[in-house]
Amino acid sequence: MRRIAGLLLLALGPVLVLGVLFVLPVTGMVSQGFWVDDRFAPGEVLQVLARPRVHRIAWFTLWSSGIATLVAITLGLPVAYALHRLALPGRTTLRAAMLVPFVLPTVVVGVAFRTLLGEGGPLGFLGLDGSPVAIVAGMVFFNVAVVIRAVGAAWESLDPRPGEAAAALGASPIQVLRTVTLPALRPAIIGAASVVFLFCATAFGIVLTLGGVRYGTIETEIYFLTTTIFDLQAAAALSVLQIVVVVLLLALSARLRHVPDPTAHRVVARPRAVRLADWPVMTATVLVLSFVALPILTLVAGSFQVGEGWGWGNYRALTTTGDNQALLVPVTAALLTSLRTAVDATWMALALGLMVSVIVTRRSQSISERRVRSLLDGFFMLPLGVSAVTLGFGFLITLDSPPLDLRDSPLLVPMAQALVALPLIVRTLTPVLGGIDDRQRQAAASLGASPWRAMLTVDLPVVWKPMLAASGFAFAVSLGEFGATSFLARDDQPTLPIVIYRLIGHPGEMNFGMALAASVVLATATACVMVAVERLRVPSVGAF
Amino acid sequence: MLSMREVSVRYGDTLAVDRVSLDLPEGGVLAVLGPSGCGKSTLLRAVAGLEPLSHGSIDVDGRDLAGVPTHRRGFALMFQDGQLFAHLTVARNVAYALKLRRTSSSRTAARVQELLDLVGLGDYGDRLPATLSGGERQRVALARALAVDPRLLLLDEPLSALDATLRERLAGDLREILQVAGTTALLVTHDHEEAFALADGLAVMRAGRVVQAGPIEEVWRAPVDEETALFLGYARVLHGDAAVRVLSVAGLERAPAVTSAVASAVASAVTPAVALRRSALVVDETGGLSGRIESARATPEQVRLVVHAEHIGHLDAVAPLGSRVAPGDSVRLGVDVTRLAVLAITPRLDPSLD
Repeated sequence: MRRIAGLLLLALGPVLVLGVLFVLPVTGMVSQGFWVDDRFAPGEVLQVLARPRVHRIAWFTLWSSGIATLVAITLGLPVAYALHRLALPGRTTLRAAMLVPFVLPTVVVGVAFRTLLGEGGPLGFLGLDGSPVAIVAGMVFFNVAVVIRAVGAAWESLDPRPGEAAAALGASPIQVLRTVTLPALRPAIIGAASVVFLFCATAFGIVLTLGGVRYGTIETEIYFLTTTIFDLQAAAALSVLQIVVVVLLLALSARLRHVPDPTAHRVVARPRAVRLADWPVMTATVLVLSFVALPILTLVAGSFQVGEGWGWGNYRALTTTGDNQALLVPVTAALLTSLRTAVDATWMALALGLMVSVIVTRRSQSISERRVRSLLDGFFMLPLGVSAVTLGFGFLITLDSPPLDLRDSPLLVPMAQALVALPLIVRTLTPVLGGIDDRQRQAAASLGASPWRAMLTVDLPVVWKPMLAASGFAFAVSLGEFGATSFLARDDQPTLPIVIYRLIGHPGEMNFGMALAASVVLATATACVMVAVERLRVPSVGAF
Repeated sequence: MLSMREVSVRYGDTLAVDRVSLDLPEGGVLAVLGPSGCGKSTLLRAVAGLEPLSHGSIDVDGRDLAGVPTHRRGFALMFQDGQLFAHLTVARNVAYALKLRRTSSSRTAARVQELLDLVGLGDYGDRLPATLSGGERQRVALARALAVDPRLLLLDEPLSALDATLRERLAGDLREILQVAGTTALLVTHDHEEAFALADGLAVMRAGRVVQAGPIEEVWRAPVDEETALFLGYARVLHGDAAVRVLSVAGLERAPAVTSAVASAVASAVTPAVALRRSALVVDETGGLSGRIESARATPEQVRLVVHAEHIGHLDAVAPLGSRVAPGDSVRLGVDVTRLAVLAITPRLDPSLD
């Protein structure tokens, strides 16, 4: 009992923070829909769910995310294999490069796909601009990195010997893949698939920029309902629907991930030299790499296009506010705001994430203690599945009166971004902390080290690199965060993604070019951070 | 049946296996013995087709295996820790190779039961590997490997992961199962007891090379050099005069094998040497060696002594349990000739022992 009390005391801080900054805004947002004129009216919420438009949007969300997940898994598996099991030249650089799309700001990806597929773009002749295919392609672009990362990390540390034993028993390479390798990778694949589906189903920036007015997902619909037609009831109904679906999905994937024998035999296998027989994998890898590179290259090329010629014009214009007064502040000012915000978001997310990780990874001594821990673990993962739009709007309507009047606080946006980054930090740190044998701490304690001292000697040397990597990851995610920020950023202090979105939507010759240039700047910043993170070689970064 | 000719395997700059030539007759069990890192596992993996050869050839029944991928070789490989497929039950693990060959399900079930009975795990079919003990896992791995009557069974330290008592018991079972099934097997191990328990042929490997090969009793009786002798479980190697003194007490100095070895040692200006097992010297009132006991330690089987003998130095010896021996006592030692080996030539000179 005392241990559980101590655990709860330790968890109090993070729980309070998450309670105020996450549960309160989300319930505030949701209760808007359930209370009409101070009267509890759940029936009206249900009526919203019966609207044909809602059906259409829910169905679109479901099938577009489903297809995007399938495609991302199919494309990601061969690349995960090639980059983690074959001795390809430059594979570490390629791995870092493959992580960049995931942290690219959603708006930037939207812009990149529009330049690629739009009229006059290199693939404009396909006529895919504004079609569901473009939306699915955008989602795949983002999430193939998640698959490569998550499955690749598992594949890299997969003991090759069961496969060799199977081959010696007469299994052909395909049979080994089907009967030994894929079953062993199943938890990683299902984990990746569920996270990818989650990201696709709650995708916001990408759908908003690529879907236009014709196609929307639940997430963009919530945005549309709250900001354009102020139908808070319907928005709340959709938020609830989304939360329910997400929780169900996470529970389902936890069940599917369950394997008969969870004891992991982790060894990093020596990468194998590429053979002629690897041509299908290599072809797939080259195709996927081109698919990822193409939009980025188009984006970069477009940013240098000024009128009929080439030049730095768009970049020079970043110090201005655009044609027709598109912006209130110059883009460079927005970049500074972005960096400042990201720094704040990073330290908040790191502090919170570190506490959470320590709490959930400490060894439990009783069943009830383990239950409390896994409950906390699930609680801290919630931000992963809740729409950033819901969160942003919830912030706006609940944190506006004393004692929690944060509307004008410069920390409002960083707080929201920190919550978005929190699950990623926790997912990076928990495998590392969980991997430390508790007996090491016991050994330190038996030699006379206090709990703090034991932490310094045992945990810190192992965890500082992952902490640095997680900070970089959080920084990159926060730089590109769009959903929550679009609600919370004050008009005179927009972040770079907000500015880019405004520039695309604003008529004016120069504005689109500026949007491209700003996107390149933002992409370069995130890419640099991610390359630095990759150099730290922490396998759990981005492996969910 | 299996024949390796000048087999070399290279990892980058290091030559893991260096021109190894070995033969394994049909139905035979050959053990490759060596310290860890000597290249024995690499050799096994090369036979399995998991490592490409950089030189040489491996054939089975006269057919070169170059270009035959692992899964077409018709061998079976059993790893140190079994490497059962964790997601399949015991029965489905054993049935794995049968399923690959599209055996009918009724025949598969019958064969699986037969094999599980053979390894003494008849009613374990529905269990998952995670619920088995180490020894049980090894048995299942063996059943799985034997399921389709492999032409050649490759065993990578099959018993090393087990504790001593279990190892002894399973070694006996394994030997019997291999004999009953008439399986040809290649075994690599660093444990000479495991090799003796299972094999009838022995090859000693060191730093990528085979330093000695032959029928197991022969290798055991006549190790080729000091290092091999120590690796085969000989407790101590004596050189020069000390060796000659022990041989003369044993009455062996005039035995033809010994005289020729000593003669050739003298001729090539190296010292003769003799390798002694711990039990080669026994406390015996009428023995020809005398010395003073330095330490005595009782084991379940006998009392183990370290004796300082005049003109020879330290020796290991044994006394029957219950003998009154204590440090400081003088004893006489007899020599058991079946428990020593004369080393033909020792290239190492150690003046301190002369």
